Amino acid sequence: MRNKMKALSLLPVMILMCAIAHAQSAPTESTDFMRSNGKIYVVVAVVVTIVAGIFVYLINLDKKITRLEKEGNTKK
Amino acid sequence: MIRQAWWKILAFVLLMYTSVYGFLVKVPKLDDRMQESIRNYFFHVPMWFAMTVLMSVSVIYSIKYLRNNNPVNDHYASAYAAIGSLYGLLGTVTGAIWANYQWGQPWSGDPKQNGAAIALLIYFAYFVLRGALTDEEKRARIGAVYNIFAYCMLFPTLFILPRLTESLHPGGQGSEGNPGLNPNDTTPAMMSVMFPAFIGWTLLGVWIATLRIRLSLLTEKKLADA
Repeated sequence: MRNKMKALSLLPVMILMCAIAHAQSAPTESTDFMRSNGKIYVVVAVVVTIVAGIFVYLINLDKKITRLEKEGNTKK
Repeated sequence: MIRQAWWKILAFVLLMYTSVYGFLVKVPKLDDRMQESIRNYFFHVPMWFAMTVLMSVSVIYSIKYLRNNNPVNDHYASAYAAIGSLYGLLGTVTGAIWANYQWGQPWSGDPKQNGAAIALLIYFAYFVLRGALTDEEKRARIGAVYNIFAYCMLFPTLFILPRLTESLHPGGQGSEGNPGLNPNDTTPAMMSVMFPAFIGWTLLGVWIATLRIRLSLLTEKKLADA
């Protein structure tokens, strides 16, 4: 239940991010790093975020399972 | 081994390297249609490489189970087969996305596409079979036997049969080359991303599989204690 609430609480953030992304789609000719090379670094940032997010999730899961395993061992 | 951290960190480093350098490495301009989509070599192809590794590990544990009847080996076999199937599914979907822009349609009945679909369906049947059996020992035993059969079908459907006929996949001209990867298309620079990608995605799969194994062992223990 708590996890569901957590997941739901992410929804407005995602919607907000979508809105920001839309607002930024207006062409702005800038030469900063993220907009160089045909904005390829934007894709890099997205993929890095996804992969890093998966790893954060897995680390948490790993920790939780380790804790459960330890609890099971101390009970005996 | 499965609780050690170094190989998980290695997986993270390799995949970070892949997902940054995979977009920045200089790729050869093969033809006007391929363009930058050749970078899918760093993401689509490793799915299949990792899948074959995970399925191989799975079948080893199935054979181990049949040899010593230790139920732990059955947990290992099913977890590795599960994550291997997920990788196969992701490989098929990413392949369809790529094919849509490269070959004109997501599914063109390419022998390798059909082969991958058959291989996946055979593995899905493994889970249907397991789900249908309630007796634990029977499930483990029949599952292990079926898993060996599924593994025997994996390599013919993915690597041998597509090779016997024309394929849209690179190197797929009859018996020429390796269907799926044409060494002439890749450069040493690309290889320097591909091999870390292969290892990184495989290690990620192993990590997820070990988590599944630990969870199912915990669940079983809890049921036994209750």
